[in-house]
Amino acid sequence: MNSNQILDREFLEIRAKILEVAAALDRIERAEGDVSGEPRMALIAEAIKIIASGHSDPIRAEKIQLLFSRTYDEQWRDEFSIASRS
Amino acid sequence: MYYIDPHLHMVSRTTDDYETLAKMGCVAISEPAFWAGFDRGSGESFRDYFRQLTEVEPKRAAQYGIQHFTWLCINAKEAENVELSREVLKIIPEFLDCPNVLGIGEIGLNKNTKNEAIIFQEHMELAIAHQQQVLIHTPHLEDKYQGTRMILDMLGEHSIDRSRVLVDHVEEHTVGPVLEAGYWAGMTLYPVTKCTPSRAVDIIERHGAERLCVNSAGDWGPSKPTAVPDLVLEMRRRGHKESLIKKVVYDNPRDFFSQSKNFNLENPAER
Repeated sequence: MNSNQILDREFLEIRAKILEVAAALDRIERAEGDVSGEPRMALIAEAIKIIASGHSDPIRAEKIQLLFSRTYDEQWRDEFSIASRS
Repeated sequence: MYYIDPHLHMVSRTTDDYETLAKMGCVAISEPAFWAGFDRGSGESFRDYFRQLTEVEPKRAAQYGIQHFTWLCINAKEAENVELSREVLKIIPEFLDCPNVLGIGEIGLNKNTKNEAIIFQEHMELAIAHQQQVLIHTPHLEDKYQGTRMILDMLGEHSIDRSRVLVDHVEEHTVGPVLEAGYWAGMTLYPVTKCTPSRAVDIIERHGAERLCVNSAGDWGPSKPTAVPDLVLEMRRRGHKESLIKKVVYDNPRDFFSQSKNFNLENPAER
C-alpha cells in the first residue's frame, strides 16, 4: 500500500483516536482537583510532542515506548549484589 | 489458513474456545505455565497444575483436532518466593518427558527484582542441564524495557544455543535487541498492555519475519484467544503475500518448536 492508500484507510481511525485523547484530557481538567504537576501528565504532553514531530526515520511508536519506560541501568547486578555467571 | 498459537493459557479458557479456535484454523497451541491470578501455597499445587497441563489439556484440545503442547516453570510473579520456587524447580524434571512438554517456560521477570533474577538464573541452569528449549516472559508496560535488557544480560551469561530461546511479548522498543542478539521473538496481541494486530504488522514490516512469532496469550484476564486470525486479516488487508502470512503464523512457530524432541506436529494438509 502506498502512503495515500494508508491515509485513506486510516484517516477516520486516527481522527477518532485523537478525539479520544482530547476528550480524556478535557475530562481530567473538568474534574475536581489539579493534576497539572503530576509526572504522568508531563509524560502525556511529551508523548503528544513526539506524535506531532516529523522524523526522517519514522520511529514515533518506539520513542513513545521508551518515554513510558523505566530506565535501564547496565550496573543492575551491583544493586542486587548478584554476580555475573559468565 | 492453518495456524499455530504459540502462547495460549487454555486452562483459563472454556471448551467453547477450543471449538472456536478449531473453526478459525488453529491446529496447535503451546501453553506456558503461568500465574493463576493468585499465589499458590505449596509445591504440590504446582504438581497438580503440571498434571493439568500434561494430561488434561491435551485431551480437551484433541476433541477439536488441536494439538496441545506445554512449557513448565514457576512464573516470574510467584518467583518472588524463592523457597517455593526451589520446591517447584525440583518437581519440574518429573514432567519433562511427558509427550507434550516442549521446554521450560514462561520464565522471566515481572517487577525486575533480585529474587526474580535469581530464580530466572536457576531455571536457565535447569533448562541447560536437561537440554530444554526456553520460553521467556518479559514484563509489562513501564517495566518491559528494563526487564528485557536485564533478561538479555542474564541470557548472555549462559552457553545455550540462542536459536532454542524465544523472548516473548516484544514490542517496538524491545524487538530489535532480542532479534539482534540471535533469539526468537514473540509478539503478543493483547488489549491495552501489549501489542495490537496493526502494530504487530508494523513490526513485521520494519524488522522482517525471520525468527518472529505472534500469539494471543489468551488467559483469565481481558484477552482474545482468536487474536492471531485478526493479524492474518490485517496482513491481508495490507496486501501481504499469503506465503509471508503463513510464515509468521505457522512456519515460524513450527520451526522453533521443532527443536524440541517432543514436538510431533501432524501436517494438517495430510490429515
